Amino acid sequence: MTTAALITTPNIDNPDDFYAELIAMHAGRSPEESEAINARLILLLCNHIGDRQALREAFEAAANEAPRGEG
Amino acid sequence: MQKIFETPLYPYRRSADQDCATPARHPVVVVGAGPVGLAAAIDLAMHEVPVVVLDENDKVSFGSRAICFAKRPLEILDRLGCGEPIVETGVQWRIGKVFFRDKQVYAFDLLPEAGHKRPAFINLQQYHLEFYLIERLKLLQSKGLPIEIRGVSCVRAIEARPDGVDVEIATPEGDYKLTADWLIACDGAASPIRAMMGLDFVGRVFEDNFLIADVVMDADFPTERWFWFDPPFNPGQSALLHKQPDGVWRIDLQLGWNIDREREKAPERVIPRLKAMLGEDVKFELEWISIYTFQCRRMQKFRHGRVLFAGDSAHQVSPFGARGANSGFQDTDNLIWKLKLVHRGLAPDSLLDSYDDERVYAADENILNSTRSTDFITPKSPASRQFRNAALDLAGRFAFARPLVNSGRLSQPSTYDGSPLNGADDCRLPRRTRPGAPALDAPTPEGWLLDRLGGRFQLMAIDVEIPSRLEIDGVVVEGLSLSARDDAAAALRQRYLSSAPGAVYLMRPDQHVAARWLRFDEASVRAALLKAIGKT
Repeated sequence: MTTAALITTPNIDNPDDFYAELIAMHAGRSPEESEAINARLILLLCNHIGDRQALREAFEAAANEAPRGEG
Repeated sequence: MQKIFETPLYPYRRSADQDCATPARHPVVVVGAGPVGLAAAIDLAMHEVPVVVLDENDKVSFGSRAICFAKRPLEILDRLGCGEPIVETGVQWRIGKVFFRDKQVYAFDLLPEAGHKRPAFINLQQYHLEFYLIERLKLLQSKGLPIEIRGVSCVRAIEARPDGVDVEIATPEGDYKLTADWLIACDGAASPIRAMMGLDFVGRVFEDNFLIADVVMDADFPTERWFWFDPPFNPGQSALLHKQPDGVWRIDLQLGWNIDREREKAPERVIPRLKAMLGEDVKFELEWISIYTFQCRRMQKFRHGRVLFAGDSAHQVSPFGARGANSGFQDTDNLIWKLKLVHRGLAPDSLLDSYDDERVYAADENILNSTRSTDFITPKSPASRQFRNAALDLAGRFAFARPLVNSGRLSQPSTYDGSPLNGADDCRLPRRTRPGAPALDAPTPEGWLLDRLGGRFQLMAIDVEIPSRLEIDGVVVEGLSLSARDDAAAALRQRYLSSAPGAVYLMRPDQHVAARWLRFDEASVRAALLKAIGKT
């Protein structure tokens, strides 16, 4: 079995600060502007990651909805 | 003045075959005198295989049509003896520029290294190219080579049998029949031969229309390929500009799907569009207008017994990337030497199946590239459009996004990885000249390497001793000894040796690498040659 290339355990310092910055980036933007920002952001981050295996795992994780409900 | 495409260059003449009691038999009949059919016929004649070309008309193509000819097809045209006038007449280019809305986002160079005889691309109207091919054909004919072109000779019916193909031909003086050992169908995307044989041609239709306008004007745009995404003069769509000889410019404007095609072709609709692009004051004349849609598709197989399909009759791509006519030349380049060996009885009939293996592989590569370009140029979903615009937005500022921008991946020859004809390899040698790859040009003291290769099997040795000639099962392999020891041979060393002290390459008649080694060993060469002609 191959080990996962995508980090899915907590990896960001000060998660609440990060999350606030992410949301702040969209403050006052129209839905269309936000969509364009997100698309640029995804391309920038994908290039930063570079590892095709990690990217494929991320695509899969993002595209497959989690089971609904808690627990 | 009469234009080239209005002049009958091979008018109808009565053939002796029309007065035969029983149908005359010919080794090869080529149907269609477009660039691919003419190249096939010239190649056959140069191999001294008798060939008759049948064409429904007697002139070169009307309108400029295919205009971008890539380096590899130019090398093939060199081998066919007509590269020189074609390259002389064409305009050479290698730089492409990409614009998004009103800004340039980046430029690319298609041939960023020296040491090649031919440029990355030339632009040349298809009628000029066909004119030079016909001149070449006539020259070969005047030298007594077995080549003939019959104008206004339309194939009405064929019957493909296991031992030959019966062909029924309509002429201004009535019908006649002949029989061909082999028939090569180069009769275009709408191939009547394919239809007569009831063969499939399925693929993907793209719901889009493009306006081609060839205009004559004095303009000072550089000789580069300019591509616009969503320009102010054609909002929400794309545009492409190419320079051709004779002051002709190719303008290609995307129009979208739901349009009235006849109305959009009218000069009163076209001229304002062009003025919006070129400026109100630029004076131009319309030379040719066409609206096209396209499909990306191929036949399941290019070989059907004794009928072989080449060029657009076998595969069709979008124009973005110039992979149509360019791949057609590579089809015949691949086919003709095989056909010659089979015709002479030097190779088994099954060698022709490798035409299918290699050129279907190439067609799939072309279709994949062309489909991806089209999907980038015309996004098929809102998400696809967002990512496309994001890549274009970022490409101006950040180098990483430039390779994502796809305005057409311009024609590159295929490397036939996995071909049944490929022999031994040595991974210490450079990857770009591995078995299946087309030979790369390099300067040598006796001239360009590619001018010294092709038309026959050759054993190319670099700083390794080899015999000057081998004969294997009736097939001659000519020796070509080169040295990479001095500085002038840097390109040869880099492209064929890497850090190896020497190497031996078995080259096919189409200038593709069949096998390669660090040392010469006759038994290995023999095995590779037999593999390359389908004998193992």
